[in-house]
Amino acid sequence: MNAPRLVVIGNGMAGIRTIEELLALAPNQYEITVFGAEPHPNYNRILLSPVLAGEQTFKDIVLNPLEWYEQNGITLHLGKTISRIDRKRRIVMAEDGTEAPYDRLLIATGSQPFILPVPGAKLKGVITYRDIGDTQAMIDAAQVKRHAIVIGGGLLGLEAANGLKQRGMEVTVVHLAPTLLERQLDASAGRLLQRSLEARGLRFLLSKATTEIIGNDAGEVAGVRFKDGEEAEADLVVMAAGIRPNTTLAESAGLHCDRGIVVNDTLQTYDPRIYAVGECVSHRGVAYGLVAPLFEQAKVCANHLALMGIGTYKGSVLSTKLKVTGIDLFSAGDFIGGEHTEQIVLSDPASGVYKKLVIEDDRLVGACLYGDTADGAWYFKLLREGRRLGELRDRLMFGESSIGDSGVQGHNRAASLADSDEVCGCNGVCKGTIVKAISEKGLFTLDEVKKHTKAASSCGSCSGLVEQILMSTVGTSFQETPKTKALCGCTERTHDEVRKAVREHKLLTHRAVYEFLEWRTPNGCATCRPAINYYLVATWPHEAADDPQSRFVNERVHANIQKDNTFSVVPQMKGGVTTPDELRRIADVADKYNIPMVKVTGGQRIDLLGVKKEDLVSVWQDLGMKSGHAYGKSIRTVKTCVGSEFCRFGTQNSTQMGIDLETMLANMWSPHKVKLAVSGCPRNCAEAGIKDVGVIAVDSGWELYVGGNGGIKTEVAQFLAKVKTAEEVKEYTAAFLQLYREEAHYLDRTVHYIARVGLDYVKRKVVEDAANRHALYERLLYSLQGLPDPWQARIDGQHQREYIPIKVIA
Amino acid sequence: MDMTTSDTWTHVCSVSDIPRLGSRVVKRADGDVALFRTTDDEVFALHDRCPHKGGALSQGIVHGKTVTCPLHSWNIALETGDACAPDEGCTLRFAVKVDGDAVLVRFT
Repeated sequence: MNAPRLVVIGNGMAGIRTIEELLALAPNQYEITVFGAEPHPNYNRILLSPVLAGEQTFKDIVLNPLEWYEQNGITLHLGKTISRIDRKRRIVMAEDGTEAPYDRLLIATGSQPFILPVPGAKLKGVITYRDIGDTQAMIDAAQVKRHAIVIGGGLLGLEAANGLKQRGMEVTVVHLAPTLLERQLDASAGRLLQRSLEARGLRFLLSKATTEIIGNDAGEVAGVRFKDGEEAEADLVVMAAGIRPNTTLAESAGLHCDRGIVVNDTLQTYDPRIYAVGECVSHRGVAYGLVAPLFEQAKVCANHLALMGIGTYKGSVLSTKLKVTGIDLFSAGDFIGGEHTEQIVLSDPASGVYKKLVIEDDRLVGACLYGDTADGAWYFKLLREGRRLGELRDRLMFGESSIGDSGVQGHNRAASLADSDEVCGCNGVCKGTIVKAISEKGLFTLDEVKKHTKAASSCGSCSGLVEQILMSTVGTSFQETPKTKALCGCTERTHDEVRKAVREHKLLTHRAVYEFLEWRTPNGCATCRPAINYYLVATWPHEAADDPQSRFVNERVHANIQKDNTFSVVPQMKGGVTTPDELRRIADVADKYNIPMVKVTGGQRIDLLGVKKEDLVSVWQDLGMKSGHAYGKSIRTVKTCVGSEFCRFGTQNSTQMGIDLETMLANMWSPHKVKLAVSGCPRNCAEAGIKDVGVIAVDSGWELYVGGNGGIKTEVAQFLAKVKTAEEVKEYTAAFLQLYREEAHYLDRTVHYIARVGLDYVKRKVVEDAANRHALYERLLYSLQGLPDPWQARIDGQHQREYIPIKVIA
Repeated sequence: MDMTTSDTWTHVCSVSDIPRLGSRVVKRADGDVALFRTTDDEVFALHDRCPHKGGALSQGIVHGKTVTCPLHSWNIALETGDACAPDEGCTLRFAVKVDGDAVLVRFT
């Protein structure tokens, strides 16, 4: 009857994060006991440097206060180091004799500082930099001592050195390599860093191997001796020469360790009852020392502890930032480069800016930035996505703002924003609010910031900026770095995996998808249900069931919901052409139903706003017009100019072309909305350059453009092909849209789809391969064949009760 | 207490009148009430107003025992009317009794 017992050894960020993820998935699955060697609740180890530098206090960096453990029914043993694991009896034992039996064990013992094996390493005044205790020891030492030597010019060493300097000590950094941070920066950037730290008063002894710590008669540290025979004076020595996975306990329990506790992709050790996460772990031969991979591991491990058994951890791409206020550096991936890579380098030593981008096979594989890191998040994103650079390459070095991005991130940079500056224009979220949420609620990922602040949760155009703020606030590599993104929280599966399963296993219902792909939730959520519904009906037209309850209200009701819960009605006006008779009926309907606003839309039609839901069906009936699909992830309009019929410049009948296209595409569902335009000459009055498919008539035929977008981020459509006949315009257009319908992720516009697969790919499928083009065209026509106009279907009685409220007779 | 309130159960509709994972609206002078039906045929009733900006919850997507508001995607727990963390807020909840196929709601 009792819940199985889960014991956690290690009360740090990785272990507790796993518990948090587990509680979110399966709140009552285990009776949880946590052992922590330190006398503190879980705190944010990343922020020790600001504490050392006097910028924050310990209280500021606590992540889980004691009440959190209480509220979640967790038994917490503080200040108790586990000395033994008895795997036969399944018991852990602490040094003080406390025992705890387990059914599942989670080892998260982290890492320990590497102590140089030199004489004098145990002298008084030689300390390490690992936990809050060390930090406090340094703060205390700084008050009474004068000369500090920090051994190690890595991230930790430099942060320690900077902190001690801020506390008034004279600090010398001793480093084995010839340049600083050689694992994070190349030599040029390392030298720039050294120069600016020297300007802050730090001293450096590079290419120096420490051979001995010299002591005085009182057994206190007095200095350091090097291999070349030189000596340096010091009354405090900080060992920051690296960390080693803390595997002593695991090894003594007979668990296989190899520079870390060896785990598989589910974070399981060689004992199936025992899991391990964090810095103590060796996964595929790599031990990670930064927080982002730890959190990814925590997520996967929790998934398995919750018996869902579907997540896998496949390793992480890392990025780095130094938490020394005023010094901007960033690196990610393979920033050194090699034989098969190319480099783009910008070096301006006078102003302290250095940037290096490493490219392999038209993809960004590494970045090293010094002095100006504003584009770090953007480069990191390109790197993780592994997307082809193509034309982007020419402007890559000049950053995201140079790529014609008129969205928020184009002209605003996280660092230069004031707290009161608005970051998210959709939800009115200022930088200060985001920074506050990040530090007060201990947020680490873009997703968490979205949930808590709503920033970047609507149109998403400020995601890059929010990511930058997150980076500059948290300081180090924080984000989750999924190479492929799960569709939603109900699954680990990606859009592509879901599409593939629906196609290859002929899944025809929501239930079949959830069962086949082992969904975590019984019937999905508001994010995945509409996506799956689309994948079903798009993959298996006329066969798969279209589930109205899995459609967003607009597509279920066939009208657009407004802020006051009324709806808007936009009848179809093909090519923007209407008649006096239609206009009269629209006017009559507006009068009869007291429609508060009649508005001309950007898509060349008329919008009736403020219609009550229960009036919708009769409004449609009185209009006697077809649905304009202005509410769906579907075909919207085909905008046209008047063309050769009237215009003295027109070269082709663009209006009729638009009408023909709109007729062909009527009732087409798609991953996101699809807008077209046809212009009768290159003056392009129909604005074809910002449409999903833009058609521009020229004297000798038609030019076809794809992937334009006039929305969140203006995107100019790219040239696809030039064709001669109207029939070809239809075939190419249909083939491109069908390719998009078959391969795009739900809610990707054509521009996003093309960015993912590349325009060359689209051209191969649609332009160069005539047989494939024709097959795509046929498949689209088959999908649309016989689909009824949804308004007429409802006038004829379909889904009647949707529109009729229940009336209670009092 | 139970004796007096038990008199105020109002028969509103049949379970089958509400689509599974869907909703129906009960029009009332004191504000509309949204009825929700889960896959297990449990029925819940909430004031048809999201605590965020008054969106009609009856128009949202129902999943598990949660409805997502159509206006700004707040998730509201059907059992309690509470907004799911990290959002904060609560919408009025009404007791529901299913008797055979009959759905009874206590509006007071």
